[in-house]
Amino acid sequence: MADIAFLMLIFFIVNSTMDVDAGLQRMLPPMPDESQQQEKVEVNRRNLFVVLITSSGRISAGGQLIDISQLKDKTREFILNSDDNPSLPEKEMKDIANFGLYPVSKGVISLQNDRSTTYDIYIQVQNELIRAYNELRDEFSMQHYGKPFVRLEETQQKVVRTIYNQNISEAEPRDVGKKR
Amino acid sequence: MAKFSRKGKGGLPAINTASMPDVVFMLLFFFMVATQLRETTRMVIVQVPTASEVAKLERKDLASHISIGEPAPMHHALYGTETRIQLNDSFKSVTDIRDFIAAEREARSEADRPFMTVSLKVDQNVRMGIVTDVKQELRRCSALKIMYSSRRAAPSQ
Repeated sequence: MADIAFLMLIFFIVNSTMDVDAGLQRMLPPMPDESQQQEKVEVNRRNLFVVLITSSGRISAGGQLIDISQLKDKTREFILNSDDNPSLPEKEMKDIANFGLYPVSKGVISLQNDRSTTYDIYIQVQNELIRAYNELRDEFSMQHYGKPFVRLEETQQKVVRTIYNQNISEAEPRDVGKKR
Repeated sequence: MAKFSRKGKGGLPAINTASMPDVVFMLLFFFMVATQLRETTRMVIVQVPTASEVAKLERKDLASHISIGEPAPMHHALYGTETRIQLNDSFKSVTDIRDFIAAEREARSEADRPFMTVSLKVDQNVRMGIVTDVKQELRRCSALKIMYSSRRAAPSQ
């Protein structure tokens, strides 16, 4: 009995893969319909935050070269715009279900990369952007509900998610560097 | 006095092994429950990047996997060392993704289809070009829910 159990035990130990499937979850934008004329969505210049990763792995955000460690705070500043700076995105009063009126930022983050950027740096940048959003969500949750975001109820999470909606556009691919 | 003189002799008494099967069975059940059998063999070497904001996939059965990386050494002779895409059990090209996604959709129940997630297991040294191609193809097949598979790590700074 114990021998058989041992045998099976060893079989399962050898076969088991303990890795959990985890990662950064994102939604891709739907492909625009080719048949219908696509109208360019005009985004006000102040509402756009361009994060560009060059082929050599350097990061430029909002037009200036920065280090990856500064990216999160820059992104936060952009989304939050706490003192209504006219060069940072405007806010729109939105009536949110279960919450009421709240100024929601109209900012859009546009993430652009070169075809020869390494995947590692791309993920680092994505991670920093998501980290900025997660921090803001957590702060808002603490302030209004007294709990971190993950411990909120479904409806409350939805409120926070509408207020700090992850507006990260992974731009249409194009070669930023020179063509080969 | 002979009664007492034998005390301390004869070494340690044997350990009672009656509970060993119980322990083994317990371990066995633990591993049986925790195990997820690998359905496909990895043919590419993938070392996924690290990130701090990873979220766990809620439903593993709804994930389809696309691995991108350099072919494993045993496939070098046949496929070279150029970055390749692996779907199921073979190397495929970007144009095969459409069929792959269609097949994966077909395999899920009607109710689950909108929640299907494509998990991209991409090696950290891969260039973004091929990843972008895959992403564009996924958009074309309207498989929009994706996950960049990565390991958890403490945030930098």
